[in-house]
Amino acid sequence: MKRLSCTNVAARLSIAGALLLAGCATQPQPLYYWGDYQPQLYGHFMKEQAPQEQIANLEAGLEEARASGRSVPPGYLAHLGILHAQAEHPDQMLKYFEAEKTRYPESTAYIDFLLRKVKQPQQGAR
Amino acid sequence: MRLDILNARSVKGACAALLAAALTTGCATTKSPYDYTHFKQSRPASILVLPPLNGSPDINASYSMLSQVTLPLAESGYYVFPVSLVDETFHQNGLHNPAEMHDVKLQKLREIFGADAALYITVKEYGTSYTVITSESRVTAEARLIDLRTEQVLWNGTATASSAEGRNSSGGLVGLLVQAVVSQIIESSTNRSHPIAGITSYRLLGAGMPNGMLYGPRSPKYQTDGNARP
Repeated sequence: MKRLSCTNVAARLSIAGALLLAGCATQPQPLYYWGDYQPQLYGHFMKEQAPQEQIANLEAGLEEARASGRSVPPGYLAHLGILHAQAEHPDQMLKYFEAEKTRYPESTAYIDFLLRKVKQPQQGAR
Repeated sequence: MRLDILNARSVKGACAALLAAALTTGCATTKSPYDYTHFKQSRPASILVLPPLNGSPDINASYSMLSQVTLPLAESGYYVFPVSLVDETFHQNGLHNPAEMHDVKLQKLREIFGADAALYITVKEYGTSYTVITSESRVTAEARLIDLRTEQVLWNGTATASSAEGRNSSGGLVGLLVQAVVSQIIESSTNRSHPIAGITSYRLLGAGMPNGMLYGPRSPKYQTDGNARP
């Protein structure tokens, strides 16, 4: 009985948390494994961290996502691509851009546009 | 001159009365339901979020907000274009500030990104204000969703969040002063507005809010919302 009431309290607390964020709407399970994606984006924009550190964090997150059986959100893999580009790892960059396209076909036109620029840098320059 | 002053006073009085009314009604106000006709005709699956315009004095506001828009939109069922890559693409093409990016023709955005819709955000307020008694971090933003195929406005909305929400002021004067010190320490030590911007973003862009965004195709709640009330 005691265990039951504990889970009950925990459930109530998480519901309270969700309500704080979402107002009156009830919140189901998240669709994605987020890890540190958004904090890492902020660090990237504020130039607070070197690409290598961000890559280490986000690739560890990929492992955790796999282990939990959930998918990383839109943009996660492409962001890893751009970090690898900054770290001068063109092969890794291509790998992650392709991975974003495979996971999220909505990105196909954009990723293809970027890949055309990579393959023909002279033509791609403005 | 005298008349001007009197006018100013009466305007102030009217504003104060309106404010008081707004405060007392609070969450209980029922807005007229949003017209989702265009949204439902368009049913965008992918959203390109442009780096937000900044109407606040804090230079970090745009990118603080941009780094936190993916979660509410993606969890609502949309594909959100990688915000860092999109920003980089604009820079590579010689556009270095959000105002220039917002001026790019819709057709051009569609060509490059292949997005169904573009989201234009303006940060109206972003920052911490300090008074004797307390300090408050507040972030307000508005957004406009535009279909890149038909160029129609599908939705617009606004949201605000404040660190002062739900703060209990019934602890007497001593309690207030203690709280002021504590919150000044907290709010000056880090960028306190950044987490507040996260809440603003959630309220602005999460589906299921009153008059908010509708759920997208990747959500189990897709096409279950946005019906006109009987």
